[in-house]
Amino acid sequence: MNATMFSALAPILMLSLTAIVLMIQASIKRDQSVAWVITGVGFLLTLWSASYARDFTQPVTILLQVDHWSLFFTSLILIASLVTLVLSKDTFSSEGERKEEYYLLLVLSVLGAVVLIQSSHMVSLLLGMELMGVALYAMIAFPERGQLPLEAAVKYLVLSACASAMLLYGFALIYAATGELSYSGIGSRAAVAYAKNPMLVMAGSAMVLAGIGFKLSVAPFHMWTPDVYEGAPTPVTGFLATVSKGAVFVALTRFYIDGSLYQFSDLNTALAALAIVSMLVGNWLALRQENIKRLLAYSSIAHFGYLLVVLIALTYLDTGLVNQSITFYLTAYIVTTLAAFTVVSMVTGEDTAKQNIGAFAGLFWHRPLEASALTVAMLSLAGIPLTAGFMAKFFVITVGIQSGLWGLLAVLIVASAIAIYYYLRIIFAMTKSAESPGNSANWQEKIVALALMISILVLGAWPQPFIAYAGLL
Amino acid sequence: MVMINLILILLIGGLLAILSERISDTMPRKVAMAIVLIDLLYLLICLSGMPDITQLQAPVANDPSTWLMHFKADWIPAFGISIELALDGISLLMVLLTLILGAIAISASWTDIVVRKGFFEANLLWSLAGVLGVFMALDLMLFFLFWEVMLIPMYFMIAIWGHENRGYAAMKFFIFTQASGLLMLMSILALVAINYSATEVWTFSYFDLLHTEMTEQVAHWIMLGFFIAFVVKLPGFPFHTWLPDAHTQAPTAGSVILAGILLKTGAYGLIRFAVPLFPEAALNFSSAAMWLGAAGVVYGAVLAFGQTDFKRLIAYSSVSHMGFVLLGIYAWNELALQGAVMQMVAHGFSTAALFMIAGSLQERLHTRDMREMSGLWQQMPRMGAMAMFFVVASLGLPGLGNFVAEFLILLGLFQVNIWITVIAATGLITGAAYSLLLMQRSFQGEANKKWVDYGLVDFGPREMLTMAVMMVALIVLGIYPQPILDAAQPVLQSLLNLTTLPAVAIVEVL
Repeated sequence: MNATMFSALAPILMLSLTAIVLMIQASIKRDQSVAWVITGVGFLLTLWSASYARDFTQPVTILLQVDHWSLFFTSLILIASLVTLVLSKDTFSSEGERKEEYYLLLVLSVLGAVVLIQSSHMVSLLLGMELMGVALYAMIAFPERGQLPLEAAVKYLVLSACASAMLLYGFALIYAATGELSYSGIGSRAAVAYAKNPMLVMAGSAMVLAGIGFKLSVAPFHMWTPDVYEGAPTPVTGFLATVSKGAVFVALTRFYIDGSLYQFSDLNTALAALAIVSMLVGNWLALRQENIKRLLAYSSIAHFGYLLVVLIALTYLDTGLVNQSITFYLTAYIVTTLAAFTVVSMVTGEDTAKQNIGAFAGLFWHRPLEASALTVAMLSLAGIPLTAGFMAKFFVITVGIQSGLWGLLAVLIVASAIAIYYYLRIIFAMTKSAESPGNSANWQEKIVALALMISILVLGAWPQPFIAYAGLL
Repeated sequence: MVMINLILILLIGGLLAILSERISDTMPRKVAMAIVLIDLLYLLICLSGMPDITQLQAPVANDPSTWLMHFKADWIPAFGISIELALDGISLLMVLLTLILGAIAISASWTDIVVRKGFFEANLLWSLAGVLGVFMALDLMLFFLFWEVMLIPMYFMIAIWGHENRGYAAMKFFIFTQASGLLMLMSILALVAINYSATEVWTFSYFDLLHTEMTEQVAHWIMLGFFIAFVVKLPGFPFHTWLPDAHTQAPTAGSVILAGILLKTGAYGLIRFAVPLFPEAALNFSSAAMWLGAAGVVYGAVLAFGQTDFKRLIAYSSVSHMGFVLLGIYAWNELALQGAVMQMVAHGFSTAALFMIAGSLQERLHTRDMREMSGLWQQMPRMGAMAMFFVVASLGLPGLGNFVAEFLILLGLFQVNIWITVIAATGLITGAAYSLLLMQRSFQGEANKKWVDYGLVDFGPREMLTMAVMMVALIVLGIYPQPILDAAQPVLQSLLNLTTLPAVAIVEVL
């Protein structure tokens, strides 16, 4: 380790520092609003340090790879975490006595996500994933009243543990086959190992994919998703849907590219099957959902199905366009999903009865800002032009056509057509006439909703700067 | 810039309409009307400085400098996507039709809309802006963008201000057009990818993509993607099922825009993109397309005959009339194409007028069921006379625009395929049957006692003026169609030059 390596690690160090300061603060004076401010300042400083670290990109030990791509995603999830933080303020102020721990858990979870994004080795992958996950269990179960959060947390905990076990076993098998744990090491030896013992490599990679697939909640590993989305407090659900899933997908991309796993057609077939099932199951099951959080859960299953198509295209294309597509898609997905959860959190608070689509009736006339933001988010998820989601889909289809993945694209078209129905249902519900439900959102949340809505529209209407930027990462 | 301004005026006008609701309740409709008229005036002033389009040389389809107007600016250079707009005779006709019918739609919404007027007029203006974009965009991505985005205000118009079953109708409308739009997106991207692999240049420009080399089979599939998207919007049999619901449930102004303008975007797309981009594939497909067109003519007419709902009947008659357009386009010779363009314009006026009458009836009677209407002429003679005029226009009475259109189509079609012509011609007879039935059931016959003392108000000056505009238009089209034909002729000629279709097609004559 030399000095520049510490500079490269600045975001991780800054987050760790924030966690320590939070603990010290809790031991001196317990105060929720102070903890909130410390966390916010910590995130902002980390955001700054991520741009500072851009001048020092390098592999840091064998475990972490700090480069522009990972720093971009670090910044992105920090922004998402800041949004989570803003939403959390109101959500937990009415809960029992001790709330500071929530902020500590949030910081730790973000730290895990950053490690995951920068990982270049199976150990750091596992460390990051577990740190992020363990903190999340507690965040999901945080509300003291009500059974749903507890049920959701236990479900997530038990199934996550299974997934981790699967992941570890996969690592062991890959290690047995290649004798390597770092991605690049695996990449250089995989072909030889495969020639010698194909079953071992395939079984190992398949188990790793299954473990990661669980975290991404691609079908058929999606069973936990709707319950956890519904049970968790809304800001935490938004965090899970954006930061956690985004970080895991970045790690998967890394692993898939650096580990040269795309050279195995069997794995690609498996991924294609996951993608097809996710697109269809996610959209199909979303059709009948009445609870908007469950609906968004199924929608996210479908979206990771779309994203997997890009990963499969790696076999046929150079990594440049694929990386660009993944960067754009994940950014669009994270911004859009955050906007949706921001509005859901503003409108429903933690009242489960208000999470039904019917409860959104009349939103257009009583709370135009929230309704517009949710409309834009829904149109973006559905992939209508002028929104970020459309450009994201544009990338997926372009990449798919260039790779000749016609079957997958056909499924994508069918799935997207199904999806329009349930996104429109929400918009339609908002246009109905209804009594005013009262207004409880604070001004920070309004600013966040407005900013996210504008970001979606800018990414969709004037994407050139971002595309150019993503191409340089 | 003129073309950008045309769209911007409408977009900004929409915002003004929303804001003007704060001044007074009746302000939005006045603002919206003013905006559309300003837009129309602006276009006419800009055109007056141009050479007379009827004297214009044939624009070369793949040379933008020969077009009336052309504008290009970078948008997403990473993929060669630009903001490219151009205007030729056909686009100009469609743009004029859009703006005139836009003003008529606003007039139709004058008293029809009672809640959230500002937002309604804004949606109306925005959908007009989207349609203008469709008629002018020549970058395929930009075209797709307008194609999709114009649906959103239309969706809101149906979903918020529609009739009893609006949720279902709006959803169906949106899903049909979106799903088919996705097919078109795939086709656009496939076409661009093929061009990219040949030239190593990303471009979505129509002018660059016109002569993309590809194998016959690939061309066939890509062409189908475009074809389905356009035929859904047209709507052609068997993709028409969204139309009766959407038209019936939409508020009057929405129906006017849907039938008068939105359907024409499908026909325009076929003429501009689906055939010229893939001439050989379109030729091979032309007889299938013509059979679909003929099926639409007959099927739409038969179903129209069986309707009891005033608006639904008109909606099915649109399916029948649009079948003629499909026939005219795929016959792909000058006569038939002239007829198709003529039909687009004439049908726009006649159907818009009929929908407006339907809307006025609904506003007064609170029903669209023709079984409850009878002898309404006695209470509302002016409305009855208007209905009579537009019904006979719609059934193709010689001397009015629709007759010229259908006659030209059949004439052109006869050179290509006699049997299809025979079948399509029966549409004229069935058309007469359902149109007169509509008239008899609602306005003629013994007066229904229910309405005698109901206090029905006849058409006032505003409605009569609106009707008069459309009447004059149809009469002019019917008696002196030459200006329209002249405006379209050079463009059609240049499109025909692009393809080898007519020469080969004539060989196929029985």
